[in-house]
Amino acid sequence: MSPHLKSVAELSRGLAAREFSSVELTRHFLARIEAGNPRLNAFVTVCAERSLAEAARADAAIAAGGAGPLTGVPLAHKDIFCTEGVLTTCGSRMLANFVSPYDATVVSRLAAAGMVTLGKLNMDEFAMGSSNETSFFGPVRNPWNEAFVPGGSSGGSAAAVAARLAPVATGTDTGGSIRQPAALTGLTGIKPTYGRVSRYGMIAFASSLDQAGVLALSAEDAALVLEAMAGFDERDSTSVDAPVPSYRAEIERPVRGLKVGIIREFFGEGLEARTGAAVQAALDVYRRLGAELVEVSLPNLALSVPTYYVVAPAECSSNLSRFDGVRFGYRCEDPRDLLDLYTRSRGEGFGPEVKRRIMTGTYVLSAGYYDAYYLKAQKVRSLINEDFRRAFAEVDVLIGPTAPTPAFELGAKMDDPITMYLNDIYTIGANLAGLPALSAPCGLVDGLPVGLQVIGPHFAESRVLAAAHAYQRETDWHLKVPAGWE
Amino acid sequence: MTLTRRDVENIAHLARLRISEEELPAYAGSLSRIIDFVEQLASADTAEVAPLAHPLEDQVQRLRPDAVTETDRRDLYQRNASQVEAGLYLVPKVIE
Repeated sequence: MSPHLKSVAELSRGLAAREFSSVELTRHFLARIEAGNPRLNAFVTVCAERSLAEAARADAAIAAGGAGPLTGVPLAHKDIFCTEGVLTTCGSRMLANFVSPYDATVVSRLAAAGMVTLGKLNMDEFAMGSSNETSFFGPVRNPWNEAFVPGGSSGGSAAAVAARLAPVATGTDTGGSIRQPAALTGLTGIKPTYGRVSRYGMIAFASSLDQAGVLALSAEDAALVLEAMAGFDERDSTSVDAPVPSYRAEIERPVRGLKVGIIREFFGEGLEARTGAAVQAALDVYRRLGAELVEVSLPNLALSVPTYYVVAPAECSSNLSRFDGVRFGYRCEDPRDLLDLYTRSRGEGFGPEVKRRIMTGTYVLSAGYYDAYYLKAQKVRSLINEDFRRAFAEVDVLIGPTAPTPAFELGAKMDDPITMYLNDIYTIGANLAGLPALSAPCGLVDGLPVGLQVIGPHFAESRVLAAAHAYQRETDWHLKVPAGWE
Repeated sequence: MTLTRRDVENIAHLARLRISEEELPAYAGSLSRIIDFVEQLASADTAEVAPLAHPLEDQVQRLRPDAVTETDRRDLYQRNASQVEAGLYLVPKVIE
């Protein structure tokens, strides 16, 4: 089997058995990127020389017997993670020339685990988007059909792994930015509990929601990589100081007796019929495996999108105020005075969606509106959080669709922000409540993948991954490769 | 329309964003739609509800010893700046 069709787990075994070297593997993926990336636009930066040097070091470690399970396995990072000495753009003109002077903790941990960085992946500008069409570097295309979007904001991560240009990729998820693109490209993507993975060096969008995670070919691969990424980091004040379990070992737990809550509100109006049918078929698999399925209601979940579109823009307007054209990032030509320097650098450096969100946030935080919008949204967030808490008193995991439809065509939703925002209707709840959530492929509709979402209580990453792993032992949706990328 | 062109000009000024005359109507339209959309939050009864600012309710900010942990890397950091001189960041003259 060609190396690009192998999972991370299989690559790890192949490297240990000396079936191939990390340098050979890295060359293979670099060649696939060179051939395939012009069609997909998944990579912003390819680190060819650097990755081959890292691979040579990994090979030396394997030869010396000092290798871990991820040593020598290539990966690529979403371009939101600062990478020392490498362009880190966040998909924006604002950072199009920014060479990071340091590594994000996610980057340094995976490098310390011996992983080889192939490059940096395209994304919606500052992670604001659900289709990867807001990137300054142009849209990413879906390998299942290049006229369609790959989802966003981790669209480059999704397209690269789905097209087998990289075995696994990092991503970030503020309102669904790992799970929705994973669903739209047939991948397994996990957003862990808020605070589980360090956000040091991960460019901030909405700090009470942002979390890093993985897009992979299977729950097993996601478990392997998440285990290496997760853990306490004193450089992130929201990082949780709790031991990281062995996700890889714990995913073998069977689902017999698992109490699965079916979220009633996720199966109503708005869910495309065949996507719903694919999710229902997946639920039958869980029944067959001995899980106990019960319907649950989260009555306030319907307000999650409006809540998010107050909270996230408010936080982004604050976070993005650091981009002032002075210390780093884009600066306009010939500023007249300091105000002109600020307003034109920001006006020209940010794209339309980012400016729209900054202005939405500025408005909802402004004097006279704070109580009506921001404080109100934080109270509704409490209600949504309480809905989840009540549900998890009854069930072990919640299952439903990840996105209401399969991928849509490029340009289809760019005219109306509300239509675009509603893509995240099923994913935003987990961010508002800080819960671990995963998407796994569960079918194809007109040749496009659809995803099944599993949500767990805080720190139940193992349980969520185990539920997906059990499903993937019974089905082969996760093994499907888009035509032309075999 | 909830927001006028004048409102958008004001918001853009608060956010220090230069928005051109031609762009104002489009932003007024899309921002109004967003504000109208989030108005549905008003339907929720939150009279007795405390606001949630952080998803892990019981987490507190850690304290650390007040010790120097960062080294001086000014030259490296300033490589990303548009204009520096003698270790200083340059901006247009503020005081005449």
